[in-house]
Amino acid sequence: MTQPHWFPLSLRVNGLAVQALVEPRQHLADFLRDQLGLTGTHLGCEYGVCGACTVRVNGRIVRACLMLAAQAQNCEVQTIEGLDAQGNFQDLQQAFVQRNALQCGFCTPGMVMCASALLEQGGCPSRTEIRAHISGNYCRCTGYEAIVDAIELTAQSRAGIAKA
Amino acid sequence: MKPAAFQYLCPRTLDEALQALALHGEQASVLAGGQSLMPMLSFRLLEPQWVIDINRLPGLDHIVHAANHVRLGALVRHAQLLESAVVATHLPLLAQAMPHIAHAAIRERGTLGGSLCLADPAAELPACMLALDARFALRSPHDQREVAAADFFQGLYQTALAPGELLCEVIIPVPAAGSAMVFEELSRRHGDYAMAGLAAWSHPASQRSRLVFLGCGDRPTRAPRAEALLNARTATPPFAQLRAAIDADLQPEADLQAQADTKRHMATVLLQRAWPHL
Repeated sequence: MTQPHWFPLSLRVNGLAVQALVEPRQHLADFLRDQLGLTGTHLGCEYGVCGACTVRVNGRIVRACLMLAAQAQNCEVQTIEGLDAQGNFQDLQQAFVQRNALQCGFCTPGMVMCASALLEQGGCPSRTEIRAHISGNYCRCTGYEAIVDAIELTAQSRAGIAKA
Repeated sequence: MKPAAFQYLCPRTLDEALQALALHGEQASVLAGGQSLMPMLSFRLLEPQWVIDINRLPGLDHIVHAANHVRLGALVRHAQLLESAVVATHLPLLAQAMPHIAHAAIRERGTLGGSLCLADPAAELPACMLALDARFALRSPHDQREVAAADFFQGLYQTALAPGELLCEVIIPVPAAGSAMVFEELSRRHGDYAMAGLAAWSHPASQRSRLVFLGCGDRPTRAPRAEALLNARTATPPFAQLRAAIDADLQPEADLQAQADTKRHMATVLLQRAWPHL
């Protein structure tokens, strides 16, 4: 086949306007890591199973390995590096530290991005609901209990039930 | 684990998309939510020359209730179905099934049309569509037709979709008043594909029902003998009697998750659980 036309991509990443030429087959996670140097978005499985590459596109959590970079045209992308630009999730990050919710740390960015969407819904999700929400994110240290603790603690603190 | 090179098209109108599909035919893959297509590209199970991204097509993400039907655009995301009041009110079977579909981040991208056109026999939505008697509106540049769910699913990943055709809308009749609906499935972990599942509709007053099993054949599969038992409106029959009906109705193949016999056992368990609610 003829050489694919590179795609002129224009989007916002963590609040900053970005323009780049991308290969059509490049997925969003590779674009963020290799072209923008935002290596906080981790690549585990690269086929949508592990959740390590979870980012937010127009506010919604997505797998960055299951979306072409070209599909993010004119979108607002938020990565772990930009999650806390407004300080909205310092409590969640603090709770991860406090509850020892990261061991090797590989799954942590995906876990935090995934949990941020749940916490934004407000209220106090049950541990079962938290587990269901992060069920698509693998922690191969199997530190799920502590991760659920951290998310639960953050939700409870926000609802004024517990003190972080 | 990187896709082979392809040309990327992102049409902005349905006509443009249909023309591109007609032009490139089987050398093109349609990219909707991408939650199955992207892995297949990464594994190079598919190496299309063209990827036609339909995500920017207008007017394909509606959920509308009118004239006793619910019309769903093919680009409706799973998360939209999960959050929809129209679906919760008029199609409780779908509302029950949605939380079983994958995980939050997958549901944000995955689309109704994508799931139906992939036709994975263990997927929830195809079975629900068969149970609900849905019709699928297919378009090609100079033609349009409607296909019943019963005719759409033709085998393992096989559908009635012809090369160059695009699924645009799903039309579901609102179940008659007094209908009962149950969705149940058994999977190893939350969000995994089901080892066996059941999408069930019944209308006791008219002694009609649809019992559609997923993960128990090469496509969503009705269980006519079990339906006949249910339509007789007796109390829950003994397990052995249900199992005999299931054995006659379903011929599942063993897969990585379960032996055929295990699947028939699970299908019977699901039927027994659903029975009192139907």
